[in-house]
Order: sequence, then structure tokens, then C-alpha cells
Amino acid sequence: MMHRSPFPRDLYAELSHLQREMQQAFDVSPSIRGMARGFPAMNVGGTPRSVDIYAFVPGIDPATLDVQIEKGVLTVAGERRVADIPEKATVHIDERAVGSFRRVVTLPDDIDPNAVEAKYRDGVLHISIARKEAAQPRRITIQ
Amino acid sequence: MNNETAMNKETADITNPADSARNEAAMLPPVDVIEDANGITLYADLPGVPKDKLSLHVEGGNLSIEGELALDMPEGMDATHAEVSLPRYRRVFTLSKELDADKVSAEFNQGVLKLRIPKVAHLQPRKVEIRVA
Repeated sequence: MMHRSPFPRDLYAELSHLQREMQQAFDVSPSIRGMARGFPAMNVGGTPRSVDIYAFVPGIDPATLDVQIEKGVLTVAGERRVADIPEKATVHIDERAVGSFRRVVTLPDDIDPNAVEAKYRDGVLHISIARKEAAQPRRITIQ
Repeated sequence: MNNETAMNKETADITNPADSARNEAAMLPPVDVIEDANGITLYADLPGVPKDKLSLHVEGGNLSIEGELALDMPEGMDATHAEVSLPRYRRVFTLSKELDADKVSAEFNQGVLKLRIPKVAHLQPRKVEIRVA
């Protein structure tokens, strides 16, 4: 099934549509929150002791970032402003994200929402959430 | 098939060994480019790149921006979801001749690079007078 863009000569729209269709075709279980693309880009990883989330939000005052954990879901929200464009200037390329943003990540069940650490360095927000004691691997001594 | 591989190898050898990083896959950082009467300002988003891992080169009329990511990851971390999946950014721009490549100034702060490329002094704006005969 191929949708047609209202302006058939817009090659880029066609290509991005095609890309989306391809992704949907290959992604076995797409997330209910969509294609998971947008600003900020996010990486999620984990160790037996923690769950680590990296949000790539360059050039932001960390005090203006809103990070919340509620009902097993982590939300990162904020607003990004870019420098004012001086009068009589021409914008040739305009690709960087501007304005307010919000991204949501589902967390695993075994995390401890009270043991969260958040750091902002080099434009990356790193949130580390400890897993609950009970969920951590333990060596059992045999008597 | 064999010929092709040999040829690729040859072209790779010709390039400067210092440029070998150019053959590695990289992400394209988003940029804003704004031009005013005296020059061009470029902003690039390179989150995750520390100051010492950013390299800027102006060579043969090309401006190249390259940065390597350094995230502090806990030992033995498994990535479960990665949108930033390559360890570097790279982008190359062709500069035009009215830009003064020797006077590029750069600031890098919290993953945002700001470059200012002034125009060559004698090419800065002058109002053209129109005389009516």
C-alpha cells in the first residue's frame, strides 16, 4: 500500500514516506508511542544494578529541564531556544530543533523510583535509576 | 568483483592516513547557518562530544567538523534502545571565496558549536551609488 503525497513531485516527501513504510514493514512490534524519533534523541541501556537513559539535549540550561517518573514512565520535557536572528540576516540552513519538547520512556518494573541520579554534561542528560535490591542478582552460598 | 576490491583498496591508500577516520560511518549533526553583511554564523548540535574530542579543519576551501562521542556508561551496560548509534559526528561544508577562512572563530558549549566565519575585509558591504545621467 503506497500513499501519494498531495504534491506528487515532492521527492523528499515521497522518500520519507517510503522510509516510514519500510520501517513499519520491518519493525516487528512498533511502539504505541510511534516511531520513537524526535527531539531529544534517546538511548536506553541497563546493567543488573541500574537502568540508564541518555537524552541528547545540547545547549540547554539543565535547570529548565523537567524530568519526572510517574507510574513506571519517565518523562523528559523542556524548551529549547536558539539565538535570535539579527536583522537583515539570511537563514541558509535551519535544521536544529527549536521550541518545547517532551519525550516519554517506559521503565522496567524492577526500578526504584527513589534512587535516581541525573547529570548533564556535554549536552547529554544522563539519568541513572537503580534497580530494587530484591531484583539484583545475588550469589547463593551452598552450605 | 576482485578488480573492484583492488581498486577500492588503492583509493583508500591514496588518502592521507590522518584522514582514515573519514571512511568510518558517522552521524550528520543538524546545523543552522545564518548569513549577515559581515560573515556567516554556523551552529551545530554535537551532544555527547567533549571539548577535546571536537576537531575543526579548514582545508582547500572546505570546512570540516568532526566530533567523537564520549558518554560515561556504567560497566557492562547493554543498550536496549539506541537512536544515537554511531560513535562520531562528521559534516563538511564548502566555503565560498569571499569568506575569510583564516579568521574562523569557534565556541563550544554543552554540545553546541558556534562558528563565526567573517567575510574578507575588502569585500564587506559598500553601498553602490547609482548616478542618474
